[in-house]
Amino acid sequence: MTDRIEKTIELAAPMDRVWRALTDHTEFGEWFRVRLDGPFVPGETSRGHITYPGYEHVPWKAEIKAMEKPYYFAFTWHPYAVDPDVDYSGEPQTLVEFRLKETARGTRLTVTETGFDALPDHRRPDALRMNEGGWAEQMRNIEAHVAP
Amino acid sequence: MSHHDARTREPGPASVFAALGDRTRLSLLTTLADGQARSIATLAADTEITRQAVTKHLHVLEKAGLVESSRVGRESRFAFRPEAIADARSYLDEVSAQWDAALSRLRALVER
Repeated sequence: MTDRIEKTIELAAPMDRVWRALTDHTEFGEWFRVRLDGPFVPGETSRGHITYPGYEHVPWKAEIKAMEKPYYFAFTWHPYAVDPDVDYSGEPQTLVEFRLKETARGTRLTVTETGFDALPDHRRPDALRMNEGGWAEQMRNIEAHVAP
Repeated sequence: MSHHDARTREPGPASVFAALGDRTRLSLLTTLADGQARSIATLAADTEITRQAVTKHLHVLEKAGLVESSRVGRESRFAFRPEAIADARSYLDEVSAQWDAALSRLRALVER
């Protein structure tokens, strides 16, 4: 178990093409399935609506953290906040980061989503840091202990 | 899916992750992971922290659904609830699957 999601994909497209698909709000909306009210601006809130079938009632809201063309794009949001009756504003936000790297075939895109446990890494006790095995490792131990 | 039983609203995965993000709570859980219910006094005896602190941490764990308490005579006993871990895991699996789907749509967009 981990409190971090990381995905890496190799895309047969040049970096500037991938960058545009990530940071142009219309293109982003097309693959992310959200209709955004306006362009992404670092330091500002992005608003819109999910267009994913069945989730059209769900508003989209994210804080744009960084746009370092064409390498790094980051925002924070409430992941999977799909229940319209729940006020998610008090819940922790996760950080979504896109990192782009040029390859011989095109672009390597790495997406990470972190912060599900609401604790910034620097505030965690050493024993719980991800890079030292962290609590993910400890939870695996706990699970292994539990009688089936 | 969400059926309203009288007890509590299902705690969100965030509270599970937050509850796990503490060394003392994690060690309490590790102790309880053998499936045996224990009293606050027993748990406090195993650690270097006060009964009061153990009580406080157990309540955080209970609110997140990671432990449950039952009364035995005059004292409360606490037991580990592995279901909460399974729920948190399946939540992350779901988020992960959503990313897979979104990234394959991204691929279709940039490679066309």
